[in-house]
Amino acid sequence: MSNPQFARRPFFRRRKACPFTGPNAPKIDYKDTRLLQRYVSERGKIVPSRITAVSAKKQRELAKAIKRARNIALIPFVVQ
Amino acid sequence: MALYEHIIIVRQDVSSAQVESLTEELSALVSENGGSVEKVEQWGLRNLAYRIKKNRKGHYVLLNLDAPAAAVAELERIERINEDIIRIMTIRVEELEEGPSAMLRSSDERDERRGRRDDRGDRRPRRDNDSKPAEKASEGENA
Repeated sequence: MSNPQFARRPFFRRRKACPFTGPNAPKIDYKDTRLLQRYVSERGKIVPSRITAVSAKKQRELAKAIKRARNIALIPFVVQ
Repeated sequence: MALYEHIIIVRQDVSSAQVESLTEELSALVSENGGSVEKVEQWGLRNLAYRIKKNRKGHYVLLNLDAPAAAVAELERIERINEDIIRIMTIRVEELEEGPSAMLRSSDERDERRGRRDDRGDRRPRRDNDSKPAEKASEGENA
């Protein structure tokens, strides 16, 4: 922010922090459908971490949780 | 002994009383084989995200197990024979969850989460305020 070059750019966005790191971050759980739904596209695909800003470690964990949730039909594989 | 989370989905035409007796049978089977059932959660009849064997709904049951691998293998074998059970999943965990799982947690959790988002929302105007002086500063440099 202190750098004026960044402030002049119209669509500058500060790098978001990983939503799963920090003191009161939610725990990734395959049973928590409402949490997982946020990291899945409308088509049912896993959203890449470059968009959601999830750290690489947590993204692996998240992907696994989403796949488990799909397996027990909590989350669809594809949405038509 | 190892800790497992075990989820089964039972066909929708089965009554919930039958599902409960079925889970009791399965828990008895686990304890026969030297394991113990730490927690049983009936999630009730839920909509499936996709059709499984022509079923659109199913009774979900979560069992938290502390059992040797052989007992789990036997449990899965019996469950695969039972035609009322349409899906099973066993996951080995480091520790079993205390209290109700995320599925059963009530709406206070949701409210709490919404509150947190409000906190995050508060931050945005402050960031804009921060950026404005910076812009002015840069204009000043240009002038």
